[in-house]
Amino acid sequence: MNSDEEEERQPERLPISRRPEWADVTPIPQNDGPNPLVPIAYKEDFRETMDYFRAVYRADERSPRALELTKEAILLNPGNYTVWHFRRQILEVLNADLHDELAFVGRIAKSNSKNYQIWHHRRWVAEKLGTDASNKELEFTKKILALDAKNYHAWSHRQWVLTALGGWEDELDYCKKLLEEDIFNNSAWNQRHFVISRSPLHGGLRVMRDSEVSYTVEAILTNPENESPWRYLRGLYLDDTESWINDPRISSVCLKVLSTKSNYVFALSTLLDLICHGFQPSDEFREAIYALHASESEPLDSDLGKAICHVLKYIDPMRANYWLWRKSKLPLRAVSSQ
Amino acid sequence: MEPALRETVTQREQSMVLNDVNMLYHIYATVPPKTQRLMLELQRDNHVEYLLRGLQHLGPSFCSLDAKICCKPFFWHITLCRPWICYWILHSIALLGESVDATLEDKTIDFLSCCQDPDGGYGGGPGQMPHLATTYAAVNALISLGGDRSLTSINRDKMYMFLKRMKDPSGAFRMHDAGEIDVRACYTAVSVARILNILDDELVHNIGNYILSCQTYEGGISGEPGSEAHGGYTFCGLAAMILINEADRLDLPALIDWVVFRQGVEGGFQGRTNKLVDGCYSFWQGGIFALLQRFHSIIGERPTLVDAGGADCSIDSIQTTAESDLSEDEESSDGTSSQDDEACHFQHGGSQEASCSVNDKSAEMGPLYHSIALQRYILICSQDPGGGLKDKPRKPKDYYHTCYCLSGLSVCQHSWLKDEDSSPLPRAVLGPYSNVLEPIHPVFNIVLDRYQEAHEFFTRS
Ligand SMILES: [Zn+2]
Repeated sequence: MNSDEEEERQPERLPISRRPEWADVTPIPQNDGPNPLVPIAYKEDFRETMDYFRAVYRADERSPRALELTKEAILLNPGNYTVWHFRRQILEVLNADLHDELAFVGRIAKSNSKNYQIWHHRRWVAEKLGTDASNKELEFTKKILALDAKNYHAWSHRQWVLTALGGWEDELDYCKKLLEEDIFNNSAWNQRHFVISRSPLHGGLRVMRDSEVSYTVEAILTNPENESPWRYLRGLYLDDTESWINDPRISSVCLKVLSTKSNYVFALSTLLDLICHGFQPSDEFREAIYALHASESEPLDSDLGKAICHVLKYIDPMRANYWLWRKSKLPLRAVSSQ
Repeated sequence: MEPALRETVTQREQSMVLNDVNMLYHIYATVPPKTQRLMLELQRDNHVEYLLRGLQHLGPSFCSLDAKICCKPFFWHITLCRPWICYWILHSIALLGESVDATLEDKTIDFLSCCQDPDGGYGGGPGQMPHLATTYAAVNALISLGGDRSLTSINRDKMYMFLKRMKDPSGAFRMHDAGEIDVRACYTAVSVARILNILDDELVHNIGNYILSCQTYEGGISGEPGSEAHGGYTFCGLAAMILINEADRLDLPALIDWVVFRQGVEGGFQGRTNKLVDGCYSFWQGGIFALLQRFHSIIGERPTLVDAGGADCSIDSIQTTAESDLSEDEESSDGTSSQDDEACHFQHGGSQEASCSVNDKSAEMGPLYHSIALQRYILICSQDPGGGLKDKPRKPKDYYHTCYCLSGLSVCQHSWLKDEDSSPLPRAVLGPYSNVLEPIHPVFNIVLDRYQEAHEFFTRS
């Protein structure tokens, strides 16, 4: 357990049974049946808190003291979705200050940033607060992402905030900054794709494509072994395969990487996809691919698609069967698409 | 953009893991053959002991339970642990070909019955709200246990009502009352409904649209629209689409291209692009190939959709090729079959536009991923010889990883087979042949004969 939480837990905790405000409530012990399986040895304070929680939950008591009790229960076990759910019902009835609630969730989230419940709760609170919460939520996820730049829940929450509450203005810069820190951060690439295709400020994928291709090509040439920009590059043409095939920048980045003769798996794989979709490679491509294979005794197939699969099978043995399979898919396509 | 002079966080973490893994492979390569054989051996007895110990008694304190089991974000829930632990342990024991004694069996059924909500579904413990993830875990645990007492303990009528309550107007499912909507919820709902034989058009309606909206530009599937492609969600999304007979709406060539690249130099799979290898993705990612090979003609030889006049009994045809199930035909023949004529061309901007030819050579070629390399990663890097399996070297073992590493291992061993009735070829199995685990039904991740028992039981009743 994290030290933050230990602090919250107040070492001199007074048992609920000795608190006057709870004197009228009879705690309900957990019923695991006659033969409890997978028994869990609970700590006493946890057991007691849950026994009282069951009592207020069963009585559907939506009161300030019940709200306080859910807080205690959550601090002891932030993964209990039943407690969170009941807390939301109480918050609603009491018309509680939701900014306080955000602060409370924020404290817990720092040590439990991979807990579905916390993020779901946070989304609920932020939704109630509306567009005012946008900035706060973007800052909050930024803090979590500073600790773990690939935290799946934080990214999902951030995307929800942008979509539901707005705040797109700085998002592309934020992606840029994260990618400057770590160009291999695929979550940041994914977010970039999210921004350029969904932000109302940028005009959509087609409008952004030109500048994005330049950015991505540069990233590829700096680290051709980095899969993220290669997939991103393809993602820029999701709705428009024709332009993807015909944009000379796509085939030429493949050619450039091939000519370096190192880290060219993604270049070959992209070229193969292009050819499968009808791209007509010039002799330059043929020469570059044959040059990769120069030292091998076995001659390459004159069908460039097959030749690429052959080279890939050789240099990428982990996926040898995949390249064989791709090769087996080629002839049919050649007949149908040309 | 400046050339990357310094290592980024991704590069640094990757090279640390690679060091550990290479060290182990180096040790393997340099020890005498006898030790090598030992390193590749699945330590069955120790795993069984570890698992049984877990079922009988679990850790000294609540907090240690929290730390030990809930280290993964996927399917993660502290209070959900108990039905999950039941499933992880019972499924692992079934994979190892063992069973639990009558007392433990009764205890499990009694305990899970206490978690069953009077209004249907299962919660994480007695008195907790029903939740789809725990419902899936409880149902799979009871089926992995098998036997009439276990199967009759599930209240199917109430379950149907629960699933209907979890169905959002958009078509997707919520994890619990007013809970989060995501691809896991869709998969667990459909999986439970299908195996209990209560899946109908109302439950199926528009799930496909939601899952389709989660396929990302990378090719894999994310938890929610816009999020990053992820192994766990890709498995759930594809399995759900297969269950509702709409897998062809996905861009399968792009999905396959994404998933083959998730297998790294370590031999194991990563969950997302440029993330670290992790043993549990042996199943989430490796299982994707089993799904496609068995239930889709794009890889395997089963032309399940080519000649489909509406219904597809492929989910059941895994048991024996000839068996046809009329009740399945009836339930899915309307509403979900409109995709059939799309089966042979992928209309969703596929990156390779593969045609669905039936003349594949996958049976001779082996699976599209490197099955032996994956088995090597599981046995050498994920196995604790003293019992239990784990994410990667230096990580502690836990029941979650034990379950999904073993499930992945089973998928590998049986991956060359055209049907599940035959035994794996010796060349498909890394290590001694005694490593062979029971085959699973990859859609539900339940050992095959337990699946068959449940399928017959719920078709009958
Ligand atoms: Zn894992």
